[in-house]
Amino acid sequence: MPEKDGKDPTGAPLRRPREKGRGKKILLSILRPLKAGLWLSLVAFPLVTFKFEAETRQAHFLPERIPLLLLICFGAAVAFDGLGWLKKAFGPGKRAGGILESPPEGLNRPRLSWVNRLLKSRFFKPASGVLLIFLAVLPFISSPYGVNVYITALIYITLGLGLNIVVGVSGLLNLGYVAFYAVGAYTYAILNAQFGLSFWVCLPLGALSATLLGFILGLPLLRVSGDYLAIVTLGFGEITRLVLTNIAITNGPRGIANIPPPSLFGFDLNQSVKPFLLKLGLIHSRTDLDKVLIYLIILMAAILTVAAVHRLENSRLGRAWLALREDETACQAVGVNRAGAKLTAFTLGSTWAGLAGVVFASQISFINPQSFTFMQSVMILSIVVLGGMGSIPGVVCGAVILILLPEYLRFFADYRMLLFGLLMVVMMVFRPEGLIKSARYQHIYRAPKAGEGDPSDSASGK
Amino acid sequence: MTPRAESKHPEIGAGAAPAGAAETAGAFGLDADPILFSDSLRMDFGGLTALDQVSLTVERGSITALIGPNGAGKTTFFNCVTGIYKPGSGSIFFLPEKEKRISLGGLRPHKAAQLGIGRTFQNIRLFNTLTVLENVLIGCHARMRAGLWGALFRDRKTMEEERRMTDLSYAILERYGLQARVNDPAGSLPYGEQRRLEIARALASGPSLLLLDEPAAGLNNQETLELADLIRHIRRDEKLSVLLIEHDMSLVMNVSERINVLDYGRLIASGTPEEIRKNPDVVRAYLGEDADDLG
Repeated sequence: MPEKDGKDPTGAPLRRPREKGRGKKILLSILRPLKAGLWLSLVAFPLVTFKFEAETRQAHFLPERIPLLLLICFGAAVAFDGLGWLKKAFGPGKRAGGILESPPEGLNRPRLSWVNRLLKSRFFKPASGVLLIFLAVLPFISSPYGVNVYITALIYITLGLGLNIVVGVSGLLNLGYVAFYAVGAYTYAILNAQFGLSFWVCLPLGALSATLLGFILGLPLLRVSGDYLAIVTLGFGEITRLVLTNIAITNGPRGIANIPPPSLFGFDLNQSVKPFLLKLGLIHSRTDLDKVLIYLIILMAAILTVAAVHRLENSRLGRAWLALREDETACQAVGVNRAGAKLTAFTLGSTWAGLAGVVFASQISFINPQSFTFMQSVMILSIVVLGGMGSIPGVVCGAVILILLPEYLRFFADYRMLLFGLLMVVMMVFRPEGLIKSARYQHIYRAPKAGEGDPSDSASGK
Repeated sequence: MTPRAESKHPEIGAGAAPAGAAETAGAFGLDADPILFSDSLRMDFGGLTALDQVSLTVERGSITALIGPNGAGKTTFFNCVTGIYKPGSGSIFFLPEKEKRISLGGLRPHKAAQLGIGRTFQNIRLFNTLTVLENVLIGCHARMRAGLWGALFRDRKTMEEERRMTDLSYAILERYGLQARVNDPAGSLPYGEQRRLEIARALASGPSLLLLDEPAAGLNNQETLELADLIRHIRRDEKLSVLLIEHDMSLVMNVSERINVLDYGRLIASGTPEEIRKNPDVVRAYLGEDADDLG
């Protein structure tokens, strides 16, 4: 502090200016959340207190909602101000040395990020095994409604991880991701309706057709980057929806109904297997085995996606994507084919959307173009941004929060979009890097001992 | 002498050459085999001619400098060599081996890099959020073969390659004094280390020609001296040729064996540091017309 106080070189009245600054700080820390709360409630006021009725074309003023509005806005402002204070008090900045501290020379003891510590921990494998068993058993002990919600969450995890390759890892802003999702869903619906192909045949075909479309769209996209890329993909998403609405084979806006759930070796699960399991007392009488199967399929798909994306991220190809995101010119200067990296990222990202689309179609058994609007793209993008660009655990958390939270906060249904926006604003202010910041893989090298050869020989790779 | 000239380039037009530079320069005769040469290269940006009939040669194994006032077209020349710009006319040839002549005109940037041309940038361009090791691993990109299949299934060949390249990257980082930083985000490094990392990344691709764009920018005197040593070491250890853009005359005179001078896109002089120092055209380009009176 004395250095900052240039007016008192004698050093005698050092305490006074400090206390003065402190008082001002405290006053500010009270005023700041109040200001934020006021601002929030002003923004939210018309959204919450007016209800517009489409039929009568009249707006109703609902004064009884004002207290709730104020409560939410000021509460949120205070809470998040507290978060900022906590971050300051206990955040990484306060720890000794911070980011600039380097380990002692020769001793390559890495300061592992917590994600890396978790991955390298000896509890990681048993813990993930337990989690896996729990997730596998979950649908048998949940209500049919719960299973449906979990399926949706898992679909969005898969979608989020797929989009994460494009947006998070490669830095290509894709606002039309839902188009690939739609293509996957319609592939199953049409192939099943026209040719009677089963779910299991359509699952790879749906993924493949989305991949193919991603490749075809990716070709012209090589010429644009940044904002222009976002605009082109946005346009593409809308074109896809309009095409689906206007051609005969998709049955237009009426959509395709009676899409069958997946079967297991030709059995009708609810007819043939369910009584048997019921007799054994393994399941609840309300359990819908079709949904349970879908749940298990999408669970497998999500787990495989996590593994695949993790492997991709730490491979030659994934590093090329990351380099592309970080600096397009520099990545070419080290020999990365920019066009190739862009195209593979865009194409591969679409694959997962197609896969998720097939599962989605089998889950809700009826699809129409309205299931694949721009809002869906925004939703998936929000999952990636909220969770953390390029971060696998982040995207998983983002999907779980954005899908499960609204389900459990049904009484907030009217304010859902408001809370959604609020959450985004707050995130951008306090954690622009997302809930779980992406952490790069860290290598551990054994410290070189006397008499030992080149320490780089002792690399403990992946 | 005008005050401006005095403060900016004290080395030019006065003083004796360092003994070492002149000696080594003698080892590279004019007719030795080139690793890179351009023939009447021309590059226009709209009405502006950035490069005008530039014909210059980089001898194999030499440290060659490209100097000139701001806006003379030095970086444009680099960008033509590395494929970022497509030259308007003329040609550039790269000879990774004596008998192998490859035309660089209009080649895509990553192809140039794969042929063995490494470069650094004037304003450091690292992959800031990635770790130091990953930056160098991406530098190894052109040496690696693994594709989608290898990434997803991690077969033995891929993992072997991955391990080899990780070791190689680590060895490179160790050689350039960055081993303590392997896991740090590249953007968190101090400026001098970022410069070194950028060079390490360029070396990871195993280039036979290294293009350095103002490597001494932002370094203090001590660091510049270290950089001169580093450049000599690189040339010797990695057995490559260096083409260097630099404004710091002490570094240029110190390390380079041949110097090419660009002014308004034209090559106005080419020769040993000694010759360049005495060349009246160069003195005029740097110090202005008034300098003629001073002799």
